[in-house]
Order: sequence, then C-alpha cells, then structure tokens
Amino acid sequence: MARLPALFKRPLAIAVAAIVVLLAAGELLSPGFASPRQIVTLLTIAALLGVVAAGQNLVILGGREGIDLSVGGVLSFGAFLAGNLMHQQDAYLAQALVLVLGATFLIGLITGLGVTLLRIPPLVMTLGMLGVVQGGLVLLTRGVPSGRAAPMLSRIVSEPVLFGLPGILFIWVMVGVVVTLVLRRTTFGLNVYAIGSNETAAALAGVPVRRTRALLFALSGLFSGITGILLLGYTEYVFVGAGDQYMLPSIIAVVIGGTSLAGGSGGYVGTMAGAIVLVLLQSILTTLSIPPFGRQVVFGTTLLVLMLLYGRQRRLRG
Amino acid sequence: MKNSPRFWTQPRPYWMAAAVFVVLCIVNAALQPTFLRFGVATSNIAAFLPMSLVAVGQTYVVLASDIDLSAGAIVSLVNVAVVSIIDGMGGSGASVALGLAVGLAAGLICGVVNGLCVAFLRFQPIVTTFATGIVFAGFALWILPQAGRQVPPAFYNAYAGTGLGVPTVIWILVAAIAFATVVARSRFYRALRATGGNMQAAYQTGVPVARVRLGAYTISGLFSALAGLALVGETASGDPLIGGALTLASVTAVVLGGTALSGCVGGVAGSILGAFILGLINNVIFFAQLPFEWQGLIQGLIILAALAGGVVMARGR
Repeated sequence: MARLPALFKRPLAIAVAAIVVLLAAGELLSPGFASPRQIVTLLTIAALLGVVAAGQNLVILGGREGIDLSVGGVLSFGAFLAGNLMHQQDAYLAQALVLVLGATFLIGLITGLGVTLLRIPPLVMTLGMLGVVQGGLVLLTRGVPSGRAAPMLSRIVSEPVLFGLPGILFIWVMVGVVVTLVLRRTTFGLNVYAIGSNETAAALAGVPVRRTRALLFALSGLFSGITGILLLGYTEYVFVGAGDQYMLPSIIAVVIGGTSLAGGSGGYVGTMAGAIVLVLLQSILTTLSIPPFGRQVVFGTTLLVLMLLYGRQRRLRG
Repeated sequence: MKNSPRFWTQPRPYWMAAAVFVVLCIVNAALQPTFLRFGVATSNIAAFLPMSLVAVGQTYVVLASDIDLSAGAIVSLVNVAVVSIIDGMGGSGASVALGLAVGLAAGLICGVVNGLCVAFLRFQPIVTTFATGIVFAGFALWILPQAGRQVPPAFYNAYAGTGLGVPTVIWILVAAIAFATVVARSRFYRALRATGGNMQAAYQTGVPVARVRLGAYTISGLFSALAGLALVGETASGDPLIGGALTLASVTAVVLGGTALSGCVGGVAGSILGAFILGLINNVIFFAQLPFEWQGLIQGLIILAALAGGVVMARGR
C-alpha cells in the first residue's frame, strides 16, 4: 500500500470533503439525514453504483478513449439471467452465479475483441453492444420482467452480516481492496497504467497491449454482471431497463473520483468516493421536496461546479 | 485539394454509408412495394428529419473531436418551449413567430453554454454535456411536466404541406445541406478540422481553437433546436422526453456516416446518410414482419455490424 499522503491525492481529498459537506448539508436541511441507519442505506445504494464503476474505471484507465456505454445493458442482462436461473431456490444459487458471471465476462470480452482486433473506437463498440444486449434482453423477456432472487442472495446482500452492516457493503469493500491491489501490485495492473498513459511506449516495452485492453472490457462486463446480481438481491426482482440509470453516472463517479478520462492516471479509491458523492447528492435533492425539474437542474449544476473544482483539462500552450 | 489527382484515391469516409444506404433502400423497396412512391418517400423523410438534423449538428462537434451528449435534451427543451408559447398565447400568427424565435434562441443559448464550458472553462466534453443535458432536460420538465398542449392546425399543416410544389420537409433538408455546403467552404470549417486533427498543433499555428469549438457547439445547439421544431410540426404537441433517445442515436448516425470520433475526418453528408440508415433499418425490420421480440436484437446486430464495418472499411483504404 502506498503511504497515506500519496494515497490522499487532490481529487480524492475534494471528493471526501464533498462527502462531509453534503452530509452536513443534508443533516441541516432534514434532521436525521446523517443518522447511522440512513448512512447505511446511502452506502448500499452507492455500493451498487460503485461496483459498476469499478469496471468503468478499469476501462477508462486503459486509455485510448476507453469508455464503456454498455454497462447498463449488461447489468440488466445479468440481473435478468440471475433471477431466472436461481428459481428462487438457494440450491441453484451457486450455479446461477457462475453462469451469470461467465456470460457477462464473455459479453465484455466480445466488446474488448472488437476494440482491440477490429480497432473499433470503444464508444462506438460499446454503444453498438448496448443495442445488441438490450435487443437480446427484449427477446428473452418479451418485455415482461421475470425472475426473482433466491432467499439466500437477498439475505447476503441486504441483511446485517457483521456490526449491523449489510453484506453488500462488505462485498463493495472487498471489490475495492481487490481492484486496488490488482492495479497497484500486479503486473496486469501496472500494464493497465502503462497502456493508459503511453500505449506505444508500453508496446515497445513488451506490454501485451491488446490482451490487456481486451481483458479490461471483459472485466467491465464482469463487474456489471456482479452489480446485476447485487441489484437483484437488493430489490428481489428487477425490471427490464433497471441498468440504464447506471450508464452515465458510472462514468461521472469515475471522473469525480479523480481518474482522468484520457487514461493512465487515477485509481479505484477515488471512484468509490465519487460514487458516494453522487448518491449523497441525489439523496439530498430527493429529501429537499423540490419538484423533479428543480432536482435535475441542481444536480446538473452541481456536477458542473465539481468540474470547475478539478475536472478541467490542460491549457493549450503556444 | 478537390482537383488534385489524389481526389479519387483519398478515403471517402461516407462511401460505406452510401453503399449501406443503397442496399437498405433496395431491401426496403422489395419488402414494401410502395416505398418509391413520392408520398411514401416524403413521409419517410419527414420521419427521419429530426434525427438527421441532430446528427448534422453533432457532426460539427465531433469533427472538432468533442461530443454533445446534451443534444437530445435541447431537442426536448425547444419542443416544449415552442409548444407552450404558441399554445399559451392562443395560437395567433404572432405567437407562432415568437415561439419559433424563442425556440431557436433557446437552442443557441444551450449550445453557447456547452461551448463556453468545454472550450473556455476546459471541462471534459462527455461529462460536461451530460451535466448540461440534465439541466436542459430539467428546464424542459419545468416548462411542461407532461406531454400535451397543442399547436394550431395551420402550423402542422404548413409542416406537412408544400412550398412551390415541394414538401416542406424536403425544403428543410435541402436548406440543411445548403448550410453544410456553405460552411464546408468556409475558413471556420478548415479551422474546425484542424482543431479535431491536432488541437495542440492547430493552436500553435494560430487557429482560434476555443472559438472554433464554441462555434461547433453553437451549431449543434441550433440544429437540435431545428429538430425540436420539426418534432412540433410532426407531432403537433409538446413532450418533455421526446429528445431523450436522439442523443446516442445521433452519435450512432454520425459514426455510421463515416465521421471519426477522434475528429477531423468526415462530414455532414455522411451523417445524414447515417440517420437515414438508422431509419431505414427500422422500416426494414417493421416490414419484414419479424416477430416483435426479435426486432430489437436484429436491429442491434445490424447497427453493430454497420458500425464495425464502417470503421474497418474507412481504415482499409
């Protein structure tokens, strides 16, 4: 692990400060907002966004305009598949998990191969894949939501496991530790930063550029699948377009967390903070009892202010 | 450049789009015998027009290697603003004129806001236009929380009617193409492509990069506004969510048309073809009488194949 000051880089500091300010503001505006129970609920919602954002984070770190617009579709697909494979019985749970994770990894891998072998820009490839996955989902569901969580899955995700905290929070922390360790402590992780900051240099230094990038997209599919399963466990059953609301917020969480959209710099700890900031913001706006349009205007404006704080790009120099 | 011997050997980014377009027309005509009738062709153009207009505006932004994810929200905002003004003032001639003026001004202002944030404040384009899009969509909901209200029959009759014997929608399309042709010969357009090709180098050779990017976003805002107006003519009412699906669709149309997301390469002609391709795919799937549940998947696969094919072909030359 890096030493604390190095870990506490500027964007992360801003995100943490934003969390504190938002919590204080929420408590002021509606007493009880920062109560422990409420915070656990907020963190649970943030965990769902945070796990999708892990995959988004990896793809963005890999550079070359890396971005994954298919996460929402893959998430819905994973939730649907899981719900239908586990037949509400714990006996089928393990089998369902393996199949869903395998399927979503495979979808991500196909996207990754399109990006690396056919050299299709990620935005285009993932946009196309989103259409295919959404179409496939309509074919499978015929537009009608189906499938329910196995009881054990719901228990693991939403019921208190330890210290009164629900299991999903521990899963999120585990995802955080694993992603951070993989990024900082393994060859694969170092390769990700290498291809993200200078692909040519990385290739000349012997980094398997294509394999690394394809794997990043596959992992993004996998994390979307995991989130689908978690969402299923959290809400018992999932409607067809449930994942759509995660597509762009997952990118925003990564950016607020200090990972550059140009790739090669940033990390997952910031993204976790970014996810919490986004969820806190949305939740404050919901408690404020202002009409939906006002909520949207304030939300968008706040994002712009956050951009002003640290999301700016380098000045062109003569 | 045009008259140089390299003209024919240069990559023509929209050839692929033109080929796909012709194939889809043939398939469509085979499935729908009335396809080539003037009335059917006109109603197809009317149906594809809003997306074509958004795609034209999006093209300029993409040529500068930026992106406008707020385009659909601008369409919605203009749509509801125009309908509310015209309906609120009783549908008189003056109210229509005011509505149109306010609609175009709203699109212009939205585009300028995007341009200022991205080019002058140097915010990241994807995140910024996503955020401004949320704000614009919020204003649209404020103006008209639910789909409804009406414009006077004279408005949509004029839109569905003809001028000098030519349908209004074709006039609008021709006007958009004429605009693009004029812009393509301007100094601005050269600066735009230079900016998209290499922003740093463009800046160092004296291209006013920030102003050029602002200009591109402003054009995008204006064309989104035009699409919002076209939708008023098409639906005769307002809907605060009507533009939502147009944002990513316009990006798809631009890429289908051979414009590179990395900037510089491409043009408006391809994007219009791209928008028509998306519309024709819809038609073909409808007339092929596929079972409902297969339509989405087939459509997704065709679009993915066309996107992938276009990118691979454009590079192959």
